[in-house]
Amino acid sequence: MSQINTAKLKASNRQAGRKIGGTVAIFIFLTVLGLFMAMPIYLTVIMSIKPVEELFIFPPKLYAVRPTLDNFRDMFEVLHQNRVPFSRYVFNSIFVTLTVTLCQCVFASMAAFVLAKCKFPGSRLLNHIIVIALLYQSNVIYIMQYMVMAKLRMIDTYAALILPSIASPMGLFLMRQSISQVPDSMIEAAKVDGAGYFRICWQIVMPNQKPALMTLIIFAFQAAWNIQTGALVFQEQYKTLPTVVTQAASSGMARAGIAMAAAVFMLIPPIIVFMIAQKQVIETMAHSGIKE
Amino acid sequence: MAQNNTEKKSSSLWHSIKQNKACYAMLAPFMIFFIVFTVVPVVMSLPMGFTDFNMAQPPKYVGLSNYTTLFLSDKIFIRSIRVTLVFALFTGPISYILCFLLAWLINELHPKLKTVFTLIFYAPSMANVYTVWQLIFSGDMNGYLNSFLINLGLINAPVQWLTDGRYVLGVTIVVQLWISLGAGFLALRAGFQNIDRTMYEAGAIEGIRTRWQELIYIVIPSMGPQLMFAAVMQIVSSFTAGTVAQNLVGFPSTDYKAHTIMTHAYDYGWVRYEMGYASAICMILFVVMYALNRLISKLLSKYMD
Repeated sequence: MSQINTAKLKASNRQAGRKIGGTVAIFIFLTVLGLFMAMPIYLTVIMSIKPVEELFIFPPKLYAVRPTLDNFRDMFEVLHQNRVPFSRYVFNSIFVTLTVTLCQCVFASMAAFVLAKCKFPGSRLLNHIIVIALLYQSNVIYIMQYMVMAKLRMIDTYAALILPSIASPMGLFLMRQSISQVPDSMIEAAKVDGAGYFRICWQIVMPNQKPALMTLIIFAFQAAWNIQTGALVFQEQYKTLPTVVTQAASSGMARAGIAMAAAVFMLIPPIIVFMIAQKQVIETMAHSGIKE
Repeated sequence: MAQNNTEKKSSSLWHSIKQNKACYAMLAPFMIFFIVFTVVPVVMSLPMGFTDFNMAQPPKYVGLSNYTTLFLSDKIFIRSIRVTLVFALFTGPISYILCFLLAWLINELHPKLKTVFTLIFYAPSMANVYTVWQLIFSGDMNGYLNSFLINLGLINAPVQWLTDGRYVLGVTIVVQLWISLGAGFLALRAGFQNIDRTMYEAGAIEGIRTRWQELIYIVIPSMGPQLMFAAVMQIVSSFTAGTVAQNLVGFPSTDYKAHTIMTHAYDYGWVRYEMGYASAICMILFVVMYALNRLISKLLSKYMD
């Protein structure tokens, strides 16, 4: 299977008029720009493994002379001083993140399919409302959202962290745009074969939407992973990692190194998810037959 | 007769609703959460711009006075409009073009390199690294940029990048550009991956010879929906930017040089608790973004279904 894949991928690189020189030029251009883009993140990682005395030497060095994990150790020490065991925060974060990601992807995909491909009373209006929801940013919304949550007695529960993030207009918009490219003839053919909308969505449309779906997973995971509990949750046992890690980075031994360690620590899971999902995107070969 | 007509109309509407009940059922899970946590709060917040609301007492209706104050006597608001426009003009189009250009160039490479480069360019929008930018632009000799420039002999004394009114907006724009290869960029990458292979083959047969021709005749026409998505994301991120400036050059920034409309709304909403006024500010911003969105969707309409 993997052999077939690589063969296919190789074939894909032999497209119209590809000169090797052009490809090399692109590679060099991207590398130079990439180095520039990666610099701040590289510095973050370096700073997180620098011992305290190296943070303020002049001129600042681009590497750590004596790398150490002290910053990480100190950060975890602060985290372990809380009344709730550290594993509880890890569980909270994983539970919240997975629930939000799963619900967001399933609900948004179904709704996007309907909005992109079905004509029914209200479909134009709903399509319009999604874009408006994306564009309307106001700090008053959060207050109103809080009032709604308070009315529903959700404050200080997992529900306050999970439910508001499930319906993301951005995720729906992304999937809707992508599904709108599926040819109508494919859906008509499935209808003739007697498939209902639910089956058409999950068995015919979604298997061809891997790139968009994987991209949605990246967005959803990243957003859910970074949910700050803020005023939604007061009890320690419902707090998530971003909240306590930010607290640890700014309390007690506040120093740049710990903030960097916190940033690096929080970045690892989203990067892992990104790599897995992105690999799926790139393996996707839109093959003939699914399109007109 | 007229009554008969409306009756007919409403019964046929009811009929087509019933016919499409599968559609509504599939929309329901999303819509329930969307209505409760987005639509209801948005609708509740719309009239706030016409009120005086300090969160302690119930909102009081004041008509258009928030809007007249904004345009006629709030000098900082007028200044923030200019800052926002400059900011959006620099970050919006540039990062939109960058998103597309980089997504395309990455697409030309070997699959293994694709993942690596996509990660490098996307990583900044995953990370929370204001601290490191503060160290880079730090005003003493320890700042990376200052020490670099001093070593090269370009400057003699450290420059106050984060507090000097001449630089704050520029610094904010650079950092915003750095984090701006986000949702739009990834959506475009996914779009490139989803273009049908046979389209390229057909193009080659019909005489497409170079990457450029392929880009213009095959790629762009089949990426309309993704281009629109990226445009909307770019409008939102360039017009509602504010957190970058607040984290980087302080709040308020020197001489309000990096004071965007969103920062102004933050100031009134969360510092002074004048939510009615803050609401009015956000409303004006929304109207501008909505108009721009209509314009762009007109421009891209020929690539859409």
